[in-house]
Amino acid sequence: MNHGRQTARQLMEAGLPRRYSRERRFRVLGMLAVSVGLTFLVLFFASIVMSGYKAFAQSQVALDVYLDPALISPTGATSPEALALGDYSGLVRQSLYDLFPDVSGRRDRRALAQLVSVGASYQLQNLVAADPDAIGETRRVWVPASADVDMVVKGSIDRTLPEESRPVKDPELAWIDRLTETGRLQLRFNTALFTNGDSRDPELAGIRGALMGSFYMLLVTVALAFPIGVAAAVYLEEFAPRNRWTDLIEVNINNLAAVPSIVFGLLGLAVFINWASLPRSSPLVGGLVLSLMTLPVIIIAARASIKAVPPSIKEAALGLGASKMQMVFQHVLPLALPGILTGTIIGMARALGETAPLLMIGMVAFIVDIPQGPLDPSAALPVQIYLWADSPERAFVERTSAAIIVLLGFLLVMNLTAVLLRRRFERSF
Amino acid sequence: MQPETLLLILLFLCAAAYRLGRGRSLSTAGGDRPMARLHSLPSYYGYFTAIWCLLPGLAIILLWITLEPRVITALMVDRLPESVREMSAGALDLAVNDIRNLAAGDVVSTEVDAEMRAAADFYLETRAKSRLLLSIFVLAAAVGGATLAWRRISPGFRARNHVERVIQSALLAASTIAVLTTVGIVLSVLFESILFFRKVPITEFLFGLEWSPQTAIRADQVGSSGAFGAVPLFTGTLLITAIAMFVSVPIGLMTAIFLTEYARSSFRSTAKPLLEVLAGIPTVVYGFFAALTVAPLIREFGTGIGLDVASESALAAGLVMGIMIIPLISSLSDDAITAVPRAMRDGSFALGATRSETVKLVILPAALPGIVGGILLAVSRAIGETMIVVMAAGLAANLTGNPLEAVTTVTVQIVTLLVGDQEFDSAKTLAAFALGLVLFLVTLVLNVIGLRVVRKYREQYE
Repeated sequence: MNHGRQTARQLMEAGLPRRYSRERRFRVLGMLAVSVGLTFLVLFFASIVMSGYKAFAQSQVALDVYLDPALISPTGATSPEALALGDYSGLVRQSLYDLFPDVSGRRDRRALAQLVSVGASYQLQNLVAADPDAIGETRRVWVPASADVDMVVKGSIDRTLPEESRPVKDPELAWIDRLTETGRLQLRFNTALFTNGDSRDPELAGIRGALMGSFYMLLVTVALAFPIGVAAAVYLEEFAPRNRWTDLIEVNINNLAAVPSIVFGLLGLAVFINWASLPRSSPLVGGLVLSLMTLPVIIIAARASIKAVPPSIKEAALGLGASKMQMVFQHVLPLALPGILTGTIIGMARALGETAPLLMIGMVAFIVDIPQGPLDPSAALPVQIYLWADSPERAFVERTSAAIIVLLGFLLVMNLTAVLLRRRFERSF
Repeated sequence: MQPETLLLILLFLCAAAYRLGRGRSLSTAGGDRPMARLHSLPSYYGYFTAIWCLLPGLAIILLWITLEPRVITALMVDRLPESVREMSAGALDLAVNDIRNLAAGDVVSTEVDAEMRAAADFYLETRAKSRLLLSIFVLAAAVGGATLAWRRISPGFRARNHVERVIQSALLAASTIAVLTTVGIVLSVLFESILFFRKVPITEFLFGLEWSPQTAIRADQVGSSGAFGAVPLFTGTLLITAIAMFVSVPIGLMTAIFLTEYARSSFRSTAKPLLEVLAGIPTVVYGFFAALTVAPLIREFGTGIGLDVASESALAAGLVMGIMIIPLISSLSDDAITAVPRAMRDGSFALGATRSETVKLVILPAALPGIVGGILLAVSRAIGETMIVVMAAGLAANLTGNPLEAVTTVTVQIVTLLVGDQEFDSAKTLAAFALGLVLFLVTLVLNVIGLRVVRKYREQYE
């Protein structure tokens, strides 16, 4: 008897080291799993920021431009129409030739002219249009350098490569160096990124159009999804009888929240564009599709926070003679509002990052103009990222990352607002 | 009058109706304490009048906006010369579009002749007339509705009940929008899919082994026969989903176990939201990361050890998708694990089991249904994920199980078929809707089962 107990104990003790080491292994596995996720997060943000921060600066060239009346307006007329016909790229070329008087020959001169972006002539045109009196004067203007020059300045094009395998040749490098030495070529803050629409030239491409498109889209989404979502949640939580129909609605809402977003895009294409013939590529249609997508998210969040309002408050309201509708609108909703708003903001953040359904309704078009309203064709920020990611120019890679940084910044602000809102107004009943 | 101004005027009328209704309730009740004789608060009489001012007008505006373009176009087409009207439907549409553009002052695709000019003038004229009629109708309906409501007001009139009934029907209407959305999805994809299956038999679509949706424009074109066998797409989708699950299930599950059973609460409360950040990153950003960072890395690594890796390999897309899904799995498993009652843990510890033995032998079996439900939801998410695969997976429909080769998925094909210019009735475009139908049905089944399992299990221990 005693003997048998002894062996059982010995058996157990013999097994202990093995069991403990298994325990440690399991624990390490768990730690590894958590660290994989966290490491990826760090790597991910590091890689995006590393490749994107450079796009917030842009190489610009200082040109002393003689606003030659002969090139701008040979007839001497200063009406806007006459000024629009001026040869502004000629002005840009001339001021470059003046900087490098030793460059001659057609090919070299053409290469020289390509150091600055085609946007330089638009910039001069705008300058003259805004101030016709400047004609005949010499002005110093900072114009964007071309994308290749920009890449050299930022070190994204390797100067040590042999000349034939590098997009920028030796003479250009020499000019770039001379401009840098004289302080005429500098990295300056890239305002074009925030004021321009899309462009085929990386140095002129900006996210303003996409930002406005996303803004109008979210406006439509919040205007539709918030009231409808709250109304639906109020009905389901407070008024709906428990029957088959409400069960169906509930199952439906939960499923809709998990339907792939691209399917909503198909719905938008078939219903809003082909059937209702609303304008293609417009933020209105995008907003409609996104509001159908966000609706379940808002309904689920609103129901949860309406449910959290304690029955004692409802009963007190009813006891004082309020009707059910008065109880809901004067007591339950105000108390549930912070939670509902938090859910709405999170839903909006999701809608802001959504891309796939927008591809279906034609928001992938190349659109240069900044949209002026929800009916104008426009891109959206995530779609712009998708479009730029597809572009072969290497200068677009850093711009894509910059657009991603802006997008993530917006998402961060929205989510932080949601968290703060929850912290500030959360009550425990 | 523009519809926007009309709407503003309508709102203004409503405000006026509110004041009138409220005033009438007080004046009909009369006396020094009118409130004592009224059935409802005076504001309810105001709301009652305002609602009956707003609703008829709004209904007319909505009806008008939906019908107006069709009616005017029909009228205009009737007046067009015989030669134009007898054109095919497509050409007629084009002509009508041109006339509309001409009327709006936009660019027109053809030469403008006198007939077109006349039609455009007629269009503008009729529209102006219709707008005028609309304004008259709406204002008449608003004023009429408000007057009728105003006359019904008396101290005994149950205005509150009336107003609340209207509000409640509005709430009910809002809650049915979710159902309407589902119905809309089903109808729109089903309708186009049926058109597609008339052109391509459903068996060929579901079991065919070749996918090349380029239909021939000319009859003699080479290699554009248009094969619509979707099996390569299904296998491609499954391959990428499998890779994603292979990454996310172990990592997500172990993360949930570590955070619930091992980590201190301070670590848990920082690590959990950080991991949730992964779920909040837009998928287009993951796609960019997969295409520009992960895919070249894998390719370099593959060539380093002598493997031939496609630049758009299934592996890259699957890996990144797996990372994206980790938070979904870990938070659903987390819920399932924390729902296991304390008593079961304590019992296991009391019998001398270590933590890992408790997890493996007690907690996981108890939490298994919840975890499986979560995994089903994650699979549905992976199947429906679009941007990562559009940017990082290929377009070539390879029937292969090799994760180093490029495969394509259902969602990638939907996007490529529908982006860009398209005729709406070609088999190529309709195929996208058929794929959408398959996608919707598969994810629907996974979601229904997953949600039911997760919820049923959660209730079991409550």
